[in-house]
Amino acid sequence: MKLTSLSGLYDSKSWMYLALATFVLCIVIPASNMLLPSTSILHISDYSVSLSGKILCYAIVALAIDLVWGYTGILSLGHGVFFALGGYAFGMYLMRQIGTDGSYHSNLPDFMVFLDWKKFPWYWQFTDHFWYAMLLVVLVPGVLAFIFGYFAFRSRIKGVYFSIITQAMTYAFMLLFFRNETGFGGNNGFTDFKRLLGINVTTPQMRMVLFVITGLTLISLLLVSRAIVSSKFGRVLTAIRDAESRLMFSGYNPLHYKLAIWTFSAMVCGIAGALYVPQVGIINPSEMSPGNSIEIAIWAAVGGRGTLIGPLIGAGVVNGLKSYFTEAFPEYWLYFLGLIFILSTLYLPHGVVGLINKIKAKKLAKSATSASASVPSEPA
Amino acid sequence: MTENTGQASAVSTGMATGHLLQPGVLDTSHGVVLYMEEITVSFDGFRALNKLSLSIDVGELRCIIGPNGAGKTTLQDVITGKTRPDSGSVYFGQTLNCAKMTEPEIAHAGIGRKFQKPTVFENHTVFENLELAIKADKGVWNSLFGKMTGQQHDRISEILETINLKALYHTRSGLLSHGQKQWLEIGMLLAQEPRLLLLDEPVAGMTDHETERTAELLNSLAGKHSLMVVEHDMDFVNSIARKVTVLHQGSVLAEGTMDQVQNNEQVIEVYLGR
Ligand SMILES: Nc1ncnc2c1ncn2[C@@H]1O[C@H](COP(=O)(O)OP(=O)(O)O)[C@@H](O)[C@H]1O
Ligand SMILES: [Mg+2]
Repeated sequence: MKLTSLSGLYDSKSWMYLALATFVLCIVIPASNMLLPSTSILHISDYSVSLSGKILCYAIVALAIDLVWGYTGILSLGHGVFFALGGYAFGMYLMRQIGTDGSYHSNLPDFMVFLDWKKFPWYWQFTDHFWYAMLLVVLVPGVLAFIFGYFAFRSRIKGVYFSIITQAMTYAFMLLFFRNETGFGGNNGFTDFKRLLGINVTTPQMRMVLFVITGLTLISLLLVSRAIVSSKFGRVLTAIRDAESRLMFSGYNPLHYKLAIWTFSAMVCGIAGALYVPQVGIINPSEMSPGNSIEIAIWAAVGGRGTLIGPLIGAGVVNGLKSYFTEAFPEYWLYFLGLIFILSTLYLPHGVVGLINKIKAKKLAKSATSASASVPSEPA
Repeated sequence: MTENTGQASAVSTGMATGHLLQPGVLDTSHGVVLYMEEITVSFDGFRALNKLSLSIDVGELRCIIGPNGAGKTTLQDVITGKTRPDSGSVYFGQTLNCAKMTEPEIAHAGIGRKFQKPTVFENHTVFENLELAIKADKGVWNSLFGKMTGQQHDRISEILETINLKALYHTRSGLLSHGQKQWLEIGMLLAQEPRLLLLDEPVAGMTDHETERTAELLNSLAGKHSLMVVEHDMDFVNSIARKVTVLHQGSVLAEGTMDQVQNNEQVIEVYLGR
């Protein structure tokens, strides 16, 4: 008998779906957007591309929250702050790329001129270097998460108390970033980006490049996350979620594990934020509002947490609905979001993925019974 | 008895093998794995343990019986460092003074404990539960990148055989019966290679068949491991006991074989008796 618990990252069917998704993201969508005439029904509009690009960024965040919530049982209601910090870090680079093309034709961003600042504050140093900015994108959320996590996990803050302080954290950062003196553009944040690596950032071609990069990043991070959760490390995370004290008896220190996955998750959010900002063209403190972080958790809950793929689906479904609703009935979106959340916790405790699995299991059971029914029964 | 409390200077020559006594390392060369002397524990003036003395030999399977509230669980709490005695000493081997060690230190030194209620990782398979428990580097790095050695694999295989769950190794442990979960948890303790195993009422809530199987399991462990089993069920004790200690009101009332104990007048009076 062979004793194994690791059976590869995915089965061959899932690999096929993954390859198909990659093909659609990198070939089909770009081709349909750029090669087909806009009159064709197969044409994908620039608007759809930029909306999908945005949703792909959200999907990366949903993936990140699944690692800590779905697998480790730590519900963060503050992941928006990591996302926003990654966005701001990359936004600094984009602001530097504007150069002297701003309305005041100064080397400094407009908001600094407005504040009558003469030079960049120290923390803006080197942000004109692309790779340094990329480093900040993961380091800033990572360091914040590490420090926050260290104190929270060491004091064994758990459950709803932990969730509440993550809300407080993102709220505090939002207030901080609202202040003009903080040096990040106050409530307007960063906008009016012109270039990325010297190339015009507002062209449809650039949008498409960013879209494809986001898609590939999502798929790579999905694979990395899959590798993490199917390693022994991942099984320790699930054990923390299910029976933490039992795990301690087995000689593990949960603090190290929580801190590792928490920090990693924050860094992933930072990457998502950095991809988001050049695509939507703006970053401001409202990204850190407590409500935003709650929405992130809802994506994971709706899609099915602890499955990796579920939260990606959840991010897509909820944001798809959101873009429709905010256009059709803008004032009702929040009520509707609340409704989705309540309905999904009541009727879909395992999210969309749980529902799909249930249907599959039912089909299997049905085909099994119909197979046994077709076997001639014994004569009485 | 040695008064060696584990100072670095206290280096004396071991009797049987002529080796050095090393502080901080389990030493059972005198054949004793656990030695408790005059332990007293009181809760708000109530003496849960009263000058209790007890010693367990290497490889022994000892049963502790006694009526409810006799102090059996408290006894295990003291050994594992969960409860500190008001007075008295607990030695693990000759050199380790449990009174000076923290709970994780005691666990790490080799005392494994099974609480009454089974706790296994319900969403993991039987195999994965043992994988998490097996003696190994338990750090983040090793969990991410380390590979299980062939030796560890063999050990898990062996434990699966011992606890009779080999056929179910791929089953999610949440789906196991109550008795099977208890066995799995015993297996998880074995995987940590403890020198002394403490079991608190392992057959409570088990079916007769499971109880029988557990008796076989514990009998097969005796000799290879030192065990202390706290139990209520007299038939079960009968089927595993070599030596029985009867606790009553926090002290040892009697000690001996099951026959001796059952015929002890005091025991008949307070426990078996009416
Ligand atoms: N933490 C505690 N605080 C107060 N009394 C306790 C505590 N733990 C145990 N006791 C008391 O000590 C006595 C022995 O309890 P215990 O060791 O659990 O008995 P047993 O396991 O033999 O049934 C009982 O009378 C119990 O009420
Ligand atoms: Mg008890």
